[in-house]
Amino acid sequence: MQLNGNIPEGSLAEKWTRYRSTVSLVAPNNKMRIEVIVVGSGLAGASAAASLGELGYKVKCFTYHDSPRRAHSIAAQGGINAAKNYRNDGDSVYRLFYDTIKGGDYRSREANVYRLAEVSAAIIDQAVAQGVPFAREYGGLLDNRSFGGVQVSRTFYARGQTGQQLLLGAYQALSRQIALGAVEMYNRHEMLDVVLADGKARGIIARNLVTGELERHGAHAVVLATGGYGNVFYLSTNAMNCNVTAAWRVVRKGALMANPCFTQIHPTCIPVSGDYQSKLTLMSESLRNDGRVWVPKKQEDAQAIRESRKTALEIAEEDRDYFLERRYPAFGNLVPRDVASRAAKTACDEGLGVAPTGLAVYLDFASAIERYGRSKANTLGIHNPDKATIIRLGEEVVSEKYGNLFEMYEKITGENPYKMPMKIYPAVHYTMGGLWVDYNLETNIPGLFATGECNFSDHGANRLGASALMQGLADGYFVLPYTIGNFLSNDIRTPKIDPNRQEFLDAEKQTQERIDKLMNLGGKQSIESFHRRLGRIMWDYCGMSRNAEGLQKARGMILELREEFYRDAFVPGSANDFNPELEKALRVADYFEMGELMILDALNRKESCGGHFREEYQDEGGEAKRDDENYAYVAAGEYKGWEEEPVLHREDLVFENVELKTRSYK
Amino acid sequence: MKLTLKIWRQGGEYKKGQFVNYQLDQVSEHMSFLEMLYVLNEQLISQGKEPVAFEHDCREGICGACSMVINGHAHGPLQGTTACQLHMRFFRDGQTVTIEPFRAKSFPVIKDLVVDRSAFDRIIQAGGYVSVGTGQAQDANAIPVEKDQSSMAFDAAACIGCGACVAACPNASAMLFVSAKVSHLTLLPQGKVEAKKRVLSMVRQMDLEGFGNCSNVTACEAECPKGISVENIARMNREYLASVFSSEED
Repeated sequence: MQLNGNIPEGSLAEKWTRYRSTVSLVAPNNKMRIEVIVVGSGLAGASAAASLGELGYKVKCFTYHDSPRRAHSIAAQGGINAAKNYRNDGDSVYRLFYDTIKGGDYRSREANVYRLAEVSAAIIDQAVAQGVPFAREYGGLLDNRSFGGVQVSRTFYARGQTGQQLLLGAYQALSRQIALGAVEMYNRHEMLDVVLADGKARGIIARNLVTGELERHGAHAVVLATGGYGNVFYLSTNAMNCNVTAAWRVVRKGALMANPCFTQIHPTCIPVSGDYQSKLTLMSESLRNDGRVWVPKKQEDAQAIRESRKTALEIAEEDRDYFLERRYPAFGNLVPRDVASRAAKTACDEGLGVAPTGLAVYLDFASAIERYGRSKANTLGIHNPDKATIIRLGEEVVSEKYGNLFEMYEKITGENPYKMPMKIYPAVHYTMGGLWVDYNLETNIPGLFATGECNFSDHGANRLGASALMQGLADGYFVLPYTIGNFLSNDIRTPKIDPNRQEFLDAEKQTQERIDKLMNLGGKQSIESFHRRLGRIMWDYCGMSRNAEGLQKARGMILELREEFYRDAFVPGSANDFNPELEKALRVADYFEMGELMILDALNRKESCGGHFREEYQDEGGEAKRDDENYAYVAAGEYKGWEEEPVLHREDLVFENVELKTRSYK
Repeated sequence: MKLTLKIWRQGGEYKKGQFVNYQLDQVSEHMSFLEMLYVLNEQLISQGKEPVAFEHDCREGICGACSMVINGHAHGPLQGTTACQLHMRFFRDGQTVTIEPFRAKSFPVIKDLVVDRSAFDRIIQAGGYVSVGTGQAQDANAIPVEKDQSSMAFDAAACIGCGACVAACPNASAMLFVSAKVSHLTLLPQGKVEAKKRVLSMVRQMDLEGFGNCSNVTACEAECPKGISVENIARMNREYLASVFSSEED
């Protein structure tokens, strides 16, 4: 299959403007008759549903939550990037574009990323107008901070709850459209299949999670904004209900899954503490603005800490290795996530880890507290302040910046991070891979669109911090509302899609069979236990570092586990009722297949880039070795069922504006 | 540690519910409260029984999905903490822990500890927004907002919409929730334009949903996991009165 990105002609800076001015439109009287289904109500889904509703389309929006406000975008902490250049520090659309392409290790499309950078500023305007309370300075204007992988301050933030505030903005815009009758909201409904008619996406099968009933919904187009697949790993920073089922079901119907092996491991999470654990907690990347990452230089010190014979405070300054500052002096503690994560793993592999499990490094705020304390004392006119005053004042400043994160850390670990450095370790956080889409955000199935984390388009092999919120909202507010017109303008004569068409009845029947099969497994083991085991395999062999032998082995293990699942899993309760175990079973069944595809993609990509680190491909210093000659392409997987090998299709990446370089943060 | 769990089980809105006791033997103090419930559910599943249904998602205290009353307190005994962030180190060996759903007429039980809080969505739909369409905004720095004012708006906007305020209130009043949104938007210049209309229509919807009246018990503030202040209620009352007397609508 020849994959065509449908990138418009013209110079990079002209493409989007020209596209917007020439794309086919749908007249207002026709919009009223055209229906669009949006699945998901996070940043990408809520913003798309609200904006499409405002344009006059008839929108149906689906979420498995009890309210659209609970989507996991709400948990994003740090911030959102925008090329506003409010700091006068040399930022520009081009620089944001360049940082994102480079940060993604040159595995994303130039045109898409440039468009993202172009619309970024309008997102901030929109959010402020909605009442999003971004951080401000005393002059009343917006404040900024820095995130990893960049040398300007372009990140807008709302304390440590930027995702919450942005999502509430989008949720409120969506609520307004619901009140106006432009959007019909389906809470507690999970999409279990897409319906294709005449080769186009024309509807979905959704399960009402309260009654268990299957429903058929027709529309002229379907938009998936269903997030990433990080929970394949079981333990991740994703919410418990995040899942790949909606995306995987469309793959089952012929959509392509692009670069599934590109997963982001976030360096600063609270380490795993026991086998019962079902969720990992992220500590925002913004902490690396002020926190210094270190491990003891000597193995015996690390061991003493692991055995609780010593604490971090007893390790003298000269016995500490601030390894990010040492290895990457240009960016220091603010290197991109993939680089920071691998460096932490290397330190722990060398026996320098500081948690009883051996898997943790320190994130230390002592020097920041002292620095801020001195500065604050100076502002207050206190000369020659004593140590206690400095620390008190410094802690106040740090608390103002990161108070809620420090509190969260203390609640979970029982340790006070103002006094004792935080212990952190990398964890699965985000998936750059996702449904293959063209410039229109349309998958290879006509009429099926994918926005936000669930598409693959903008982050290449590694996403920079504060760029997920930017992309979700860019897609939903400013890109999809234009590009969907390109498809719908050819559909103005298509009558209302009848959900009683044979295609819908067939899809419903297949879904019912899937449910019946799971309800009748009749085994002994819980769904949760299978998910946990699958996650362990994925983390061990397809996590922070990968090699061919391990990946082959993991594939075999997954196939065995899947076979055991269908032989010995057990789903309690009834399918005609509120049944979270059945919901889980449907999702875990899809994780086996998605996991296998991730492994095959990781095997195929014989290079190291971004979040994909193949041990066979590294330089003497242990840095990733990319192979632009052979792998500067998007690998899009076509799933053919259990019995057949998936087929990987290629879309070559053409770089006309940036020169491919070794990504160096040294 | 060993715990006795006394958990409310109910098949559905119109089914009769009851407390059921469960013994749990190997609870680690490092577990989160919900991980402890997972252990219980695994135990129930291994006995071929139906697990306890409860709502949860982000496990980071921000999505507002968890909705249980633990030992008489919404979200449990620890102040400023959602149930998902509560850890077992705050419980003692041998303790009996009572777990029940948020109880209010406007929050019907769906199953066990899961309740229907869609009334909150309908209140927001009644006016909890700024009417600005995509693309209509001016430059973000065009309107300066005083830092303290913005910070106060943020404090109100931090509400996670969990409904603990309703569960904690003897009248099952939703005043804290509604006033938090009214305050958030009223305190900002962007939200001022529609302030009068907003407060009237949100309060009207709140009453339609059957929430009780506020009688200044302030249990809502005490049990709010995000520390939303009852000052917001006072602000909303002022806004409401001002709007009623200056409004031309009936």
